[in-house]
Amino acid sequence: MTAVMTEPVLELDQVTKVYPSRPPVTALREVSLRIDAGELVGVVGPSGSGKTTLLHLMGTLDRPSAGRVRVAGRDVAALPDRQLSSLRAGRIGFVFQQFFLAEHESALENVANGLLYTGMRPAERRERAREALALVGLPDRPEARPTQLSGGQRQRVAIARAVVGQPAIVLADEPTGNLDSATGAAVLELIRELNRRGTTIVVITHDRDVAAGLPRRVEMRDGQIVADNAWLPA
Amino acid sequence: MRALRAGDLARLSTLGLRTRKVRAGLSALGIAIGVAAIVAVLGLSASSQAGLLSEIDRLGTNLLTVSNGQSFFGDKAELPKSAPAMIGRIGPVTAVEYTGKADASVYRSDRIPAVNTNGLQVQAASLGLPKAVGTRVASGRWLNAATARQPVVVLGAVAAARLGIDRVLPGMRVWLGGQWFYVAGILAPAELAPDIDRSALVGFPAAERYLALDGHPSTIYVRAATDQVSAVQSVLAPTASPEAANQVTVSQPSDALVARAKAKSALNGLFLGLGAVSLLVGAVGVANIMVISVLERRSEIGLRRALGATRGHVRLQFLSEATLLGLLGGAVGVAAGAGATVAYAQAKKWGAVIPPLAWAGGLGAAVLIGAIAGLVPALRAARMSPTEALWSV
Repeated sequence: MTAVMTEPVLELDQVTKVYPSRPPVTALREVSLRIDAGELVGVVGPSGSGKTTLLHLMGTLDRPSAGRVRVAGRDVAALPDRQLSSLRAGRIGFVFQQFFLAEHESALENVANGLLYTGMRPAERRERAREALALVGLPDRPEARPTQLSGGQRQRVAIARAVVGQPAIVLADEPTGNLDSATGAAVLELIRELNRRGTTIVVITHDRDVAAGLPRRVEMRDGQIVADNAWLPA
Repeated sequence: MRALRAGDLARLSTLGLRTRKVRAGLSALGIAIGVAAIVAVLGLSASSQAGLLSEIDRLGTNLLTVSNGQSFFGDKAELPKSAPAMIGRIGPVTAVEYTGKADASVYRSDRIPAVNTNGLQVQAASLGLPKAVGTRVASGRWLNAATARQPVVVLGAVAAARLGIDRVLPGMRVWLGGQWFYVAGILAPAELAPDIDRSALVGFPAAERYLALDGHPSTIYVRAATDQVSAVQSVLAPTASPEAANQVTVSQPSDALVARAKAKSALNGLFLGLGAVSLLVGAVGVANIMVISVLERRSEIGLRRALGATRGHVRLQFLSEATLLGLLGGAVGVAAGAGATVAYAQAKKWGAVIPPLAWAGGLGAAVLIGAIAGLVPALRAARMSPTEALWSV
């Protein structure tokens, strides 16, 4: 729509990732990918296709063996651990298949933990966490423990934690993988809703049905992108 | 790196303790036992020392004794008969009493073989002696001007016990210097003058009459004004025996008691060593728990890294958790050690003294041990790759 909307949030340029085992495993082969602000992208492929490695690199949790990764305009290779961490704290949100919620903490505290390493004041963290819980449709049970919530609700809490800091990009790794199909569909609808509100989201999945519901699909196989409908009408 | 807020750090470092209470308690137990042992040993020895010193204070540190030493040729030197009177004229001297050693032995009866002296001695005593040496009559009565002339004896505490006499009964006699002496009284123990305890005491006139004592004093007990004790001590010898001051021995009995009170028991070293070993074992326990904890909490560590925690944040979290475990163990240990000290001191009727070195040192050592034990696990947690931590569960 506007110039801002088309600015790349994430750019991979000829990225290769080799794991130094014996024999070395090449998980990604010269992958180039550009994701613009406001996009909702599905990365789909069978297991072993390199999509999880791609997620690691996009999330700055790992560094490429070759090529360049740029997140929110910054070259990951050039940044030391502290600044990478700071980048993750402020600009990247993660959603995991296993939710990874702290069981001894309330939903609100779990969401507020998404801001723990930003230096924000506790009261403000809680306030924003409250807003994020409302955003994902869980405004009424902020004090519930994760164990008291259903799977779908837990994933909503995890999604709220990912978006609470208003990151430039949210990376969701099989967000529906641990949910039944109805709950999974509802979570996917939430993801679409968040995207409509302007959040850039990448969903990594092996499930073609999940990917089919997303406007842009990047298909991977054997460490390479084999299809990308970015330039086709959605 | 954005520093964690103090409140957040406190919450993070207590996470493991709050979520795994039993485990945290058990791992801190080793440190607690070690610190408790150290605090108790130091506290007990300090309390017993304080108890002894206060007892010595009660007895008075202003008692000085003057006794006959040896002459140039190694013979027994004699104190002049005038010595007590001369000493009495020293300004700060408040009391002068004296004893004279008689060449006699005391037995329960005339049937006891002469060699069985029980290590007891017979001494003539001036009439104010018990008060001056800080003792009192435990049973019966002390000598007076009348009984001092008669074959009447008062027994020191040890002497009475060795003769098998625990109280004074009318008509009770002991065989002393070849004749019967009536027992008038028994003295309570005289801590400052153990010599008196082992003596059978008779009056000087009686000793001269029945035991052929020449009237020379052998030991003079001097009480001086407390702030003048050393000044008095320095002039005692020449005053007592102006002609042969070098043949006079002057001493302050409380000195020896103080030295004994301050001497550290050899057992202290043993128990302190055991405490140190326990601390070491506790440190290994904490290190072990932290290693396990780091392995168990891989996904938490990975998640924190994904949420933006730096390696430093993770390191700090686990290091402070281990330090806190140490602090917890240390605090419990100090409380237990102090409790044991107080209980024992009360039973012994001492004032409980816990030296600052004991509790501060114990606490400090515990914290330090926790930190050292947590260092390697914390470094390991910080080095953990976030992708492995998150995707290998």
